[in-house]
Amino acid sequence: MVSRAPINFKMVVESRPSAVVEVCEQVLSKLEPYGFDNDDTFAVHLALEEAFLNAVKHGNKMDSSKEVKIECSVDFDKIEISLTDQGNGFEPEKVADPRFGEDLYKPGGRGLLLMNSYMDVVKFNETGNHLYMVRYKEKPRLTKDTGQTEV
Amino acid sequence: MAEIKPKISVEYADNATIVSFTDEKILEERDIKALQDSIMSVIEPAKRIKLVLDFGNVRFLSSAVLGLLIRLSKRIYEKDGQLKLCNINPNIFEIFKITRLTTTFDIHKDVESAVEDLS
Repeated sequence: MVSRAPINFKMVVESRPSAVVEVCEQVLSKLEPYGFDNDDTFAVHLALEEAFLNAVKHGNKMDSSKEVKIECSVDFDKIEISLTDQGNGFEPEKVADPRFGEDLYKPGGRGLLLMNSYMDVVKFNETGNHLYMVRYKEKPRLTKDTGQTEV
Repeated sequence: MAEIKPKISVEYADNATIVSFTDEKILEERDIKALQDSIMSVIEPAKRIKLVLDFGNVRFLSSAVLGLLIRLSKRIYEKDGQLKLCNINPNIFEIFKITRLTTTFDIHKDVESAVEDLS
């Protein structure tokens, strides 16, 4: 296999929803050369779009004079993405679970659930305006060959 | 003003109205607003509409589209209509499963089975 060094890059983009197209194109174009498959690309695309739009809408409150900073690192094992907005942050643990009760019928509130579902690591800083996400290409092995769960 | 391309096609079959999404990816806020306006223009004039939404062309969507579907379904049910979704590819069906929207939407394999299920 041809060796390829990890790639790291940063973007600072204007805080407007339509910028999501360029952000996703920039990040997703780095995945195939490092051997990520279509499922990985779909997952990263979804999580990144949700994260970016949350930063623009809920973080920066649709103020296009503000910016969103994106940092990305890709190697043959994983992709790491950080997003920082200029908002006041939020408390992720206080976001209602949209899968239950009346929240199931509300139009919004599913972005965080999807990020958590499609990425292996999703962490916010204490303020809640900086998000760090990771998706691993190979998932941790949870079962032995016998089919029993490792403890 | 930027041009808004058509985002749906509409067919009428038996007693059903079949709306197909024409884009592979529904990304921007503007796309979603255009979609909502287009589909509402089909729903509003109809009495007790029997609507089938065909996702056959769609390869990617985000939670904003799920929100759009919920808003559309509420309006359809307010007007005593019916809504069926169909032709959803496995990656997108997974999003419906994760969000438990498989319990609120009536999802069918294809247009034919969705139309057959309309009462």
